[in-house]
Amino acid sequence: MEVLQLLISGLANGCVYGLVALGFVLIYKATEAVNFSQGDFMMLGAFVTLGFVNPEYMGLPFWVALPLVFLVMGLFGYLLDLIVLRAVFGQSQVAVIILTIAIGFVIRFSVGLIWGHEPQSLHSPLALGDVRLGSLVLGLADVAVIITTFVMTVLLWQFFQRTKIGLAMQAASQNQMAAYYMGIPVKRVQGMVWALGGIVAAVAGILYASKGSMDPTAGFIGIKAFAAAVIGGFGSLPGALAGGLIVGIIEPFAARYLPPGYSQIAPYALLIAVLLFRPHGLFAQVRTKKV
Amino acid sequence: MRFHFKTTYDDDIRLFIDGWKLFLYGALLVLMLALPWMIDSFYLGEANNVLIWAVCGLGLMLLTGQTGQASLGHSAFMALGCYSCVLMMQAGVPFIIALPVAGVITGCIGALIAIPALKLHGVYLAIATLALAILADDIIVLLEPWTGGVSGIVPPDIVIFGYVVNRWGNPTEWYYMTLVVTLVVTLLYRNLLRAPLGRSFAAVRDSEISAQAMGVDVARTKTIAFGLSCAITGLGGALMGLFAGAFNNETFNFLLSIQLLMMIVVGGLGFIHGAFLGAIVIAFLPQLLSIVSDMMGSGVAIPGLESAVFGVILIVFILFEPMGLYGRWLKFRVFLELFPFARKDMFKRQKSYLKTERLR
Amino acid sequence: MSLLEIEGVTLKFGGVTAVNNLSMKVEEGEVFALVGPNGAGKSTVFNLISRFYTPVSGSIKFDGHDLLQMSPHEVPSLGIARTFQNIELFHQATVLQNLLVGRHRHRKAGLVPQLLHLPSVRAEERAHREAVEEVIDFLDLQPYRDKMIAGLPYGVRKVVELGRALASKPRLLLLDEPASGLSVEETQNMRWWIDDIRRQMGITVLMVEHDMGLVGKVSDRVLALADGAKLAEGTPAEVQSHPAVIEAYLGTSAISKTADAKGART
Repeated sequence: MEVLQLLISGLANGCVYGLVALGFVLIYKATEAVNFSQGDFMMLGAFVTLGFVNPEYMGLPFWVALPLVFLVMGLFGYLLDLIVLRAVFGQSQVAVIILTIAIGFVIRFSVGLIWGHEPQSLHSPLALGDVRLGSLVLGLADVAVIITTFVMTVLLWQFFQRTKIGLAMQAASQNQMAAYYMGIPVKRVQGMVWALGGIVAAVAGILYASKGSMDPTAGFIGIKAFAAAVIGGFGSLPGALAGGLIVGIIEPFAARYLPPGYSQIAPYALLIAVLLFRPHGLFAQVRTKKV
Repeated sequence: MRFHFKTTYDDDIRLFIDGWKLFLYGALLVLMLALPWMIDSFYLGEANNVLIWAVCGLGLMLLTGQTGQASLGHSAFMALGCYSCVLMMQAGVPFIIALPVAGVITGCIGALIAIPALKLHGVYLAIATLALAILADDIIVLLEPWTGGVSGIVPPDIVIFGYVVNRWGNPTEWYYMTLVVTLVVTLLYRNLLRAPLGRSFAAVRDSEISAQAMGVDVARTKTIAFGLSCAITGLGGALMGLFAGAFNNETFNFLLSIQLLMMIVVGGLGFIHGAFLGAIVIAFLPQLLSIVSDMMGSGVAIPGLESAVFGVILIVFILFEPMGLYGRWLKFRVFLELFPFARKDMFKRQKSYLKTERLR
Repeated sequence: MSLLEIEGVTLKFGGVTAVNNLSMKVEEGEVFALVGPNGAGKSTVFNLISRFYTPVSGSIKFDGHDLLQMSPHEVPSLGIARTFQNIELFHQATVLQNLLVGRHRHRKAGLVPQLLHLPSVRAEERAHREAVEEVIDFLDLQPYRDKMIAGLPYGVRKVVELGRALASKPRLLLLDEPASGLSVEETQNMRWWIDDIRRQMGITVLMVEHDMGLVGKVSDRVLALADGAKLAEGTPAEVQSHPAVIEAYLGTSAISKTADAKGART
């Protein structure tokens, strides 16, 4: 029973990591930019939602606020690409890494300035309390998170398979030059990918905030999401999600069965092990640069 | 404008290109030596801090600026340098031996870690090193018997040939000690740049494939770069911990390595001057901010303000001056030398195209 | 024994055969050209010699050394230098520094002497610079010696890349399309340089080139490739008039047309 409980809460955490990792990989695949602020995107998404929904702020009904949140976060991603990231297009990866880290700092500071540094909780319809099944205590929020992530993944998958924009994004991520020659407006597509990255982050943020309280440092779970993305392999979206789930599940079990102090290490130790033995992740294919 | 008529090969090899440069840097050295008589002990401490940051920055610069590998984990090596130096001092090893040995230990361990880590490219390396920095924090806590864990260590006094150097008691001597370390590290760095190894670093940074075609062993070169980088950063970390007077796992938090990377980018990637200019920015920014917030009359420190302002500075630099403060200075100097003939589009950036480094 | 001996080399990328059972020999002191349509596997042969690729079967020997036993960075130490089709220079370094990297295989000093800049290091540096200055003189690169690569025009970069290869004092020089993208005058210069490299420096040259004019003027022997396999080998004139080569370049109709024209004439 206890194992099942750990599994569910691990899966729920893993879903959030997975969604952040998903946004990370999405942007990386399409633009080769590594968004080290994806975790802060998630935190921002959660606070924007909180600002719309919570009674002490605007107090809108959750389902009215949701499209607004997606709009705001999509626009945020798009504008960030347009104003900041497009200027470093083609420059070294180091520049992009450090740039997005800096953006993360700015986001964290701005959120703190607007909504304060105290932990707050989102009035979310997903935060439904607990349910008891015999000796098993399940947070309904956890179950809701798992279901939402599942639905979200199917939707994203359909988006990439069925819609024109999704296919264009895929093409741009496979071979930018070829996509450009085929008449795909690569830069605009990249902007849309950033917008999508913002929206995915918002979903992750709402789910995260439904499970407990939020403060501006919540963006640091982005680091675990990077670990997840690397474990899954940067190349693939399902890999990112799987990596997230792996990290999520390891955590509660490590906390339960390992001596204290060792449990925080577990995800990173796994990350380093994966990098040592399968440097391109568990689910990646490798090809070398052509000269 | 001065012209250099080169008459011997040594013209390109020597440290200072001409007598004027020698004079300028000589004057700077005299100024640095005279500093304790010119400013009070508070600002001397700040100057000391700048030099310590510069040493750490030079370490990372060697890896990121010269060899093109981004590390987000150098705080781990600062910690390693610091703890190994202080543990040796506690065991009775004289400081003057403990410090360089700590550098060597950090360098060797860094090189060992580099062997698997440097098979990774770009992002992977950045994330692996970030994980390392986070792990270091936890490992320091786990090794409590040696490291003091969360309660940390108060290092013993530094004794050089029976002479006690204490930050509060004799700040001038502390400052001179840091100055000597900084000068030695800078000289070694310069020597490296004018030797074959420095050139093979640049070769690896700019094109691994053609570096190989010229006979450069890429893996080995990266390992050496990582090792040297860690050794220098370890020295800087040891000085930082000793200067702080007490340190624990939080002192060498992973945010420190992010700050360090930001610092060298703002200063100017790939230039020795960049490490120093960046160090000045990072050491004096908190002072500046507190002065500004005093003037605004708020008096209350806003959490995260410092890193946010630093973040904004960094964004502005990457967008408008990717060569950092030193690059800005170089352009200004050329402008002065050519005055009034400098053209506005002279430094226009070449259009760059996405050069993929990704392995799909 | 020939300087470079390639025996029955086959290379596959997935299902595609890039090089198919290729054998060729390059003699010491000659200029040998590889020609063929795009995608024929010419550059792939270079990448095999540089050990960037490992063949499925066959052997590659240089002066009796088995290249397949070596890593990419060990190949230059035997005296093989190369240029790249799309110029791979160190663009954040000066021309001088680029050429000095070419001297890498001649370096002797260890890590500690370099850090301390001992007199031995200084002496070694002087020797490197002397060798590089010779190359700069030879290729007329004086105006650019302290310029960053990033600001140089294409034609100059091409010459710098040649210079970097020459600075290593190789025995075998691999030139991947030395004249592509060059103006008429620059191509003319390149021709003279290749001649001088062979005659004065005694360096064997293996090159990939599309400009048949240049190939005809500088090379002793030519090998035509198509789809990774050998079509024809011989003097430039022999290869150019070989029916299989004409077919590969111009298609079958061209053959019948030339045949028709010949028939009409007789």
